Amino acid sequence: MDTWLYLRLEAFPALLRGFLVSIQLIVPSAVSGLVIGILVGVLRVYGKSVIKALADSYVVLFRGIPLVIQLFIWYFGLPYFKIYLSPFTASVLGFSLCSGAYHSEYIRGALLSIKRGQTLAAESLGFNTVQMITSVILPQAIRRALPGCGNEIIYLIKYSSLAYMITCIELTGEGKILASLSFRFTEIFLVIGVCYLVMTSLASFILARLEGFLSIPGFEQQRT
Amino acid sequence: MTAPILQIKDITKSYGKKEVLKGVSLDVNRGDLKILIGPSGAGKSTFLQCINFLVRPDKGQIWLNGKEVRCEHRRNLYAYRQKIGMIFQDFNLFDHLTALENVRIGMVKVKGIPKEEAGQRAELELERVGLKDHMHKYPAQLSGGQKQRVSIARALAMDPEVMLLDEPTSALDPELIGEVHAVIRDLGSNGMTMIMATHQIAFASLLASEIVFMEDGKIVETGTPDKIFNDAEHSRTREFCSKITDLYGER
Ligand SMILES: Nc1ncnc2c1ncn2[C@@H]1O[C@H](COP(=O)(O)OP(=O)(O)O)[C@@H](O)[C@H]1O
Ligand SMILES: [Mg+2]
Repeated sequence: MDTWLYLRLEAFPALLRGFLVSIQLIVPSAVSGLVIGILVGVLRVYGKSVIKALADSYVVLFRGIPLVIQLFIWYFGLPYFKIYLSPFTASVLGFSLCSGAYHSEYIRGALLSIKRGQTLAAESLGFNTVQMITSVILPQAIRRALPGCGNEIIYLIKYSSLAYMITCIELTGEGKILASLSFRFTEIFLVIGVCYLVMTSLASFILARLEGFLSIPGFEQQRT
Repeated sequence: MTAPILQIKDITKSYGKKEVLKGVSLDVNRGDLKILIGPSGAGKSTFLQCINFLVRPDKGQIWLNGKEVRCEHRRNLYAYRQKIGMIFQDFNLFDHLTALENVRIGMVKVKGIPKEEAGQRAELELERVGLKDHMHKYPAQLSGGQKQRVSIARALAMDPEVMLLDEPTSALDPELIGEVHAVIRDLGSNGMTMIMATHQIAFASLLASEIVFMEDGKIVETGTPDKIFNDAEHSRTREFCSKITDLYGER
């Protein structure tokens, strides 16, 4: 069978299947990672001592332990406590928690960069702390954090390939299987590389559009 | 004589070992325009921020309309702050909101007024400070004088009973000071009670009901503009006034 025929008849259907699984892993992980990151970032800056310490330790743990190990713990470790997660669930959980730890660092930095005057003004109008954070601080901080968070989402797209290590067969997993059966490593991994490139480019494009959409005159550097 | 609208008694505040306010008291009657003057570092900003508890005083009491403000109860504090408008030297407009949204947000979030109604009120307040044409601009697109007028509109939209103004024109180019002073003058003639820190002697002597000279965390002397500027009792007051008259021009 020549290469093109092989790719078309055998590889593409499997890779498409894997590609769709990858998307299903990435999208919810990106969204929940971001939500966790915002929440944890806020707690790290505005939380009272115990809560702040908890949030800080979460970040230390999930940034400090290799992601593969985290996935192993969720998938192979939890059954020890009679908790059984599917490979897919374990992957999304692992990605979200790891991603959230990184996001929280960007959010924290952005929160700290908001000028004291903004909070003084909000307080002087009678805002309570929650109102102040949600309607004055976060809308500004998220805009500032967006480039960093975008970066983290691009990373997520790439490290989503680790899911196959806990038998969640996504794009890379399908590729490994195909390649080991056909020995056509070059062709298959070239195609997979292109697939990831497409995903990351698409994500970059969407993030850039979002940044443009959220941009405010004079608030941050204008895109030219 | 009616009771003071705002009574401030014996406020002290220290940062570490440094005593910034050493027992400052002030009674403010409805419609008063009290002008705080004094050298940089005298504690004027700290005093103003203690009045609405942006800075927690170490000691001291405050009464609004005869009722003591219990700032340790958050609800009371937030309700009290709505009645005390604050204008900052560097405007502190919310950078991510247009002029209109800046004025509207307090009404919507804090007072729970429906967005549309609050929007109409915000337009009205912006019109009052002469900025209706600029209401959809962001802070970065406004001049300093315009920003300060938006911040006044934002404070007024909360229907404050007292306004605190901390050097509202100090960050402005000289040619923009007039437009802000005009707005403050209007406020005064409509009966707004105000406490204002400023170095603008001419404006102060024209409009102040009383001048309060602060130095080193204490009120040194209070009196009518005429008395403070021409016939002050304390030598420190006289020295400061002559210096500031030199700096900020003839009055
Ligand atoms: N957050 C702070 N921490 C430490 N010192 C402060 C702080 N805020 C003000 N001060 C000090 O308090 C003194 C009075 O400051 P301020 O109230 O700003 O004076 P003014 O407004 O009259 O110039 C100054 O010596 C200043 O350095
Ligand atoms: Mg000051």
